[in-house]
Amino acid sequence: MKLRDTPLLLIVALVVLLAIGLILPQWALSFVSVALYLGIVVLGMALMMRTGLVSFGQGLYYCLGAYAAGTLDHFFKLSDLLLMVVAGALVAGVVAVILGFLLSKYRDIFFAMLSLAFSMILYGLLVKSSELGSTDGFGLSVKTFAGIAISASAVRYTIYAFSAVLATLFAIGMHRYFNSHLGRLAGAIRDNELRVEYMGASVRRVIHLNYVISAVLAGVGGALMAGAIGHVDPETTANWTTSGEFVFIAILAGTGSVAAPFLGAGIFEAVRTFALQYFPNTWQMTLGITMLLVIMFLPGGLWSVFGLRRRST
Amino acid sequence: MAVVLEARNLNKSFGAVTAASNINASIEQDSVVGLIGSNGAGKTTFINMVTGYLTPTSGQVLYEGRDITGLQPRAVTRLGISRSFQIPQLFNTLSVHDNLLVGVGIASRSVKTAAGTGSNEHTQVEQLIERFNLAGYRTQTAGLLPEGVRKLLDIAMAVAARPRLLLLDEPTSGVSADEKFRLMDMVMSALKTEGVTVLFVEHDMDIVSRYTHRILAFYEGRIIADGDPLTVLADAEVRRYVIGEQLHKEASSAAH
Repeated sequence: MKLRDTPLLLIVALVVLLAIGLILPQWALSFVSVALYLGIVVLGMALMMRTGLVSFGQGLYYCLGAYAAGTLDHFFKLSDLLLMVVAGALVAGVVAVILGFLLSKYRDIFFAMLSLAFSMILYGLLVKSSELGSTDGFGLSVKTFAGIAISASAVRYTIYAFSAVLATLFAIGMHRYFNSHLGRLAGAIRDNELRVEYMGASVRRVIHLNYVISAVLAGVGGALMAGAIGHVDPETTANWTTSGEFVFIAILAGTGSVAAPFLGAGIFEAVRTFALQYFPNTWQMTLGITMLLVIMFLPGGLWSVFGLRRRST
Repeated sequence: MAVVLEARNLNKSFGAVTAASNINASIEQDSVVGLIGSNGAGKTTFINMVTGYLTPTSGQVLYEGRDITGLQPRAVTRLGISRSFQIPQLFNTLSVHDNLLVGVGIASRSVKTAAGTGSNEHTQVEQLIERFNLAGYRTQTAGLLPEGVRKLLDIAMAVAARPRLLLLDEPTSGVSADEKFRLMDMVMSALKTEGVTVLFVEHDMDIVSRYTHRILAFYEGRIIADGDPLTVLADAEVRRYVIGEQLHKEASSAAH
């Protein structure tokens, strides 16, 4: 399997997903939707990791996306899925443009901690604001898509299908980006910022751009989540545990391919569901052991399994 | 001949240490100039001030008549000044080909000089690989290359920025003695077609006298001699402060 074939494979995967979605039971639709919207968020994380930066506060944009979507329905009675996702992307993007001026100055642990700090500020604000339901958050519902009414029974499939389409578009877009000049610059910046500057390019501008792209993806993921779950609250969006989950999935998946985040998100969700069901008191330990095994035996992430197989044949 | 680079009363001090003291020099177009001096004499400080990595405490740097003092390295590069490093600065996880592709990619988007060559980025990368004899290493990861090849790639990267003025910081350091001339021959012939003015820092006097038209000798942040290689290398101060030790060594080894 060549890297070049990836877009074609992704489109095949999309067609398969859209088709089997019609016969999948509701719980399976929900499960795959989770893998898709978490995967979109982690795809943005993977871009930052290519640039050499790990954000421990991606929940900030996930939360902004979710609350933007929720606010549209809750306060303005706009229950359109497409509008919600666009709003989520816009709000996350605008905030990232502003914060990016500051964050693009920082590297390593300082970048990680500063991004964490901003997400915790949002968490703190949301917990204190009773208009937005404080720690309980508030509910929302999706009733239309691009102005077309959706019957209650089709809502879940609509969100699933839209998530799949967006995931495919973003993955193909990211694949093309990785293979473009700017995408290669990300790796060059991770390796040697001094040389990049001495070649005549602005390191900060590239980091800022990639930061905004990753924030927009997190915003879209958050809005899709809000639509799928029908509820938003600070704990499962802005809190550091959520940001930690994104890092967890990113490391679990590896950055070998644009499809890896979706595989990683699916496996993460499967392990968590399984662990919650069979070891309700020690489910975190199950996740921890999974992570330990991946780091010990597949340091390049789960995606490196495909690389191993290729090498052995 | 037209003056490409002019330094006017450049001073740089780090606290109590004076790294550059009243440096005045003008470099003519298409010349090859050697910078010599013992460690800490101020050669790299001079390069760092010209390329914008350090801002001089006082004084001016003029490039093609334009004041470039205090510009950022990337702005200086865009104007057509490029440098290589004493310790190669490469993208260690990328292949030789991709290192050059990144370099050429940045240059074709930002450097205004020598634009419109018409050839696309991949062709330019292939030309650099050929000119610097890197074909055998094309797909190898830069971090795993032998030191001599790393130096070559580092210089090729500097050339990828399509400079009109190229500063090479110790191009032959870390290269074995019998390979130094081969490397310099290759670099110089690669640059001949470019019409580039070259300044390079070098400790090997055989190389300096063979490849340069002119030498600037540094000592304690000052330029103590400036002129053609024969005159400078025969200068009493230069012999005493820059190459004295080497002569002494030769004399003592001859005695044995």
